[in-house]
Amino acid sequence: MVSLEHYLVLSAILFATGTIGVFLRRNVITMLLSIEVMLNAVNLAFIAFGRTIGSADGQVIMFFVVTVAAAEAAVGLALVIALFRHRETLNPDMFTSLKW
Amino acid sequence: MPTELLVFYLFAAVAVAASLRVVLGRNAMHSVLLLIVSFAALAGLYITLDSPFAAVIQIIIYAGAIMVLFLFVVMLLNAHKEEDYVTSGAPAMKKPLYMGAVLAVVLAAELVWALVRTGGAQDGMLAGGAAPDAAAIGSVRELGRLLFTDYAFAFEVTSILIIVAMVGAVVLAKREL
Repeated sequence: MVSLEHYLVLSAILFATGTIGVFLRRNVITMLLSIEVMLNAVNLAFIAFGRTIGSADGQVIMFFVVTVAAAEAAVGLALVIALFRHRETLNPDMFTSLKW
Repeated sequence: MPTELLVFYLFAAVAVAASLRVVLGRNAMHSVLLLIVSFAALAGLYITLDSPFAAVIQIIIYAGAIMVLFLFVVMLLNAHKEEDYVTSGAPAMKKPLYMGAVLAVVLAAELVWALVRTGGAQDGMLAGGAAPDAAAIGSVRELGRLLFTDYAFAFEVTSILIIVAMVGAVVLAKREL
């Protein structure tokens, strides 16, 4: 039998993988992809917990997370396109106009 | 080894390997395509968790819609290759980046500890009660009922969020910002 712990450990590993991506990568698109990995890790934890307590709430929350992820991807990618048009680069270290 | 455990380890290995490759790969196009593989593995895990609806929206919305948007932007900007941060960034930047990776590993350890501890408490709580009814929690009927009763307010707020995101995306993507 696969226990809840199995899913939770997998979820933690995936979330940390996404965190590593946000820290290590110098490409705005890959950083957004890493955020998607983190959102999916959280979804997995929600569904595993929901299954364990025997309610469908976990799936409903996963539904909302997917909606937020879609909105985030739409706005984030529009920002990436706007930034690329102005700076001709995707390296976040180059976007320093607001740095004091 | 029981089949359930074997299936879990198979999907988990695919998900972790694909996610690592997404995060560490140099080619943005490969990253997007491998993230779809990772999502497919997670959809398989959702099915083992008696959540077929979650698995289906994982494939249709995530892999089908959101990832196509990412793919579209990667191709539009022709940004397949990333400048190597070691050569393009200042040398002083290198150390903080590796520190970030170390902190991520620490975060993973912390998360495992916290989640497993909470999970253990949940298992203890469940031991006395009845086993969860797979048919009840997996049915789309039950999900729809929850969505339009208990979560009706969140559902309506979601529609406002999507309108805001749509307007924001249109405004940001206009030629003169």
